[in-house]
Amino acid sequence: MELDFSIEGGDFTQAGQASSRVKKVLKQLGVDAKCIKSIVIALYEAEVNVVAHAYKGQIHIQIDKDKIQTLITDEGPGIPDIAMAMTEGFSTASKKVREMGFGAGMGLPNIKKNTDELKIDSVVGQSTTVSMVNYF
Amino acid sequence: MSTTTPTYHALKVDAQKCIGCTHCMTSCPTEAIRIRNGLAVIEQKRCVDCGRCMRECPAKAIYAEQDDLDKIKSFKYRVVLFPSVMIGQFPEKYTEDQIYAALLKIGFTHVYEVEQPIGFLKDSIREYCRKDKTYKPHISTFCPSVVRLIQIRYPSLVDNVIPRKSPQDLGACFALEQMKKLGAKREEIGLFYVTPCIAKMSSVKSPADGEESIVDGIINMNELYNRVRKNISTAEVPDTSDQRENLTRDGILWSLTRGEAKHFGERSMAIDGIHNVIKFLERLENEEVPDLDFLELRACDQSCAGGNLLSGNRFLTAERLEHRAKRYKSSLKFKDHPIQEMAPVLKSKLISEPLKANPAFILDENREKALEKMSKMQRIICFLPGIDCGACGAPNCQALAEDMACQQAKMSDCVFLQQTWQEENKISTSKALNNMEKKWGKDRFKADCNKRGRRNEGF
Repeated sequence: MELDFSIEGGDFTQAGQASSRVKKVLKQLGVDAKCIKSIVIALYEAEVNVVAHAYKGQIHIQIDKDKIQTLITDEGPGIPDIAMAMTEGFSTASKKVREMGFGAGMGLPNIKKNTDELKIDSVVGQSTTVSMVNYF
Repeated sequence: MSTTTPTYHALKVDAQKCIGCTHCMTSCPTEAIRIRNGLAVIEQKRCVDCGRCMRECPAKAIYAEQDDLDKIKSFKYRVVLFPSVMIGQFPEKYTEDQIYAALLKIGFTHVYEVEQPIGFLKDSIREYCRKDKTYKPHISTFCPSVVRLIQIRYPSLVDNVIPRKSPQDLGACFALEQMKKLGAKREEIGLFYVTPCIAKMSSVKSPADGEESIVDGIINMNELYNRVRKNISTAEVPDTSDQRENLTRDGILWSLTRGEAKHFGERSMAIDGIHNVIKFLERLENEEVPDLDFLELRACDQSCAGGNLLSGNRFLTAERLEHRAKRYKSSLKFKDHPIQEMAPVLKSKLISEPLKANPAFILDENREKALEKMSKMQRIICFLPGIDCGACGAPNCQALAEDMACQQAKMSDCVFLQQTWQEENKISTSKALNNMEKKWGKDRFKADCNKRGRRNEGF
């Protein structure tokens, strides 16, 4: 089963739409509560990342009986040093974003912690692709 | 993960009164209601006893079963146990003594307010919150509707719920112990709990932790209020203030909004109204909230002052209680009070079993089948108009699609879809009308000024 969402950069009010929808679906599929929680946290963080940094993005989700695969692609500044971005506390978020309670630099490490497989590809100045897999 | 014993639900639909409108169905926060054959049907597994449907019903067709008040006559000692919020319903011209006197006149021999021993509960919750650092924020077990909601819809949060009993369980233990002290035997005591809401009625009959209830009967607060109003007078009555000597300010305020939250944690929050609670729990589950210590969540607006079995205005009720509380001492002043002798007995009884999840929104126990149903739902939803009119007997198009995927509904249940099918000659007009009559009742669509739904409707 597939789900698709689009994200508008800068629109913080919309962050969380995809994760809420996915949560409802996974509950209906009877996925374990703790597993759902991890997926939802990772997806929400990813959504916020796109909203906070990119111009726009797409989420494509594929749910099978034993796993959920999420592919998030955005058009934005890209990540120059992915290893650095994976460090807790590292953030390039603007002051404005931080004032809104986001951008504490926990995003990518938090995603890593809550996914079974994580792959990040980025072209600086163009786009970032985050691919996550969680097994039920 | 799931419990096997069926949960008792107090809400019932009176088939004679139900006019088969959609008010209850569209107001239900867990989408537990459908209209079948012109009558509302409550899906027990999804019901959290919040009583929204009962409030919304224009025909007063949704009601709660209750015990007959005459049942008290078979006991030697007839104890009435009511939450303080009941006092708040009465006009101020009636004093507490006069209300107590009326209760005795009705036939009770002893009067207890639920919140008398609240100090023990407060201490116990505080101790738990101090020790446990794993499951934060801690969520209060006060409101049984919220507890059930967490069990069925937010299973990942069951461990956050504080494993402590509710005030009415504690109040019942306390009243029984006090009665035994007076020399009464258990079988001679009839303990009757007066409930301010449907949810507490259900939770006393079948507690969420699966234990047996200790009360002998449950009385609907509306019913008792009517009886008291009939028997009360402003004439001078004996002083009964010694019966309230254990009552504290904290106890009286406990069931109002922030009544608990103000006592616990550095950062606590109080939310009332079931739709507000749901919105917050969604966020909490996604970890979209700051680090909070304690959450007081209640299904009714203005907490128990807005209980669905109360008759007074919720704001006036809350105001009278606040006013009343000022005359009582804080529970801190009870450190050396004789009530402390009860501590060893009550403290152990306060602990409840950890809460079990009981998820109620799974499409199928078999994951593959659930996925199939989910895909089917996604395909079906493309055909539905998204008007959420409820004319199919489901609260919205999404819910209808779900019912269809689970073979609980047909495509022709959607009146718009059926209309287009008629246009395309896929279904005859008489068949279409027949379908609608099956859903909404025979002769439902004929002009008749006396038919069900015609007279009772309105605002």
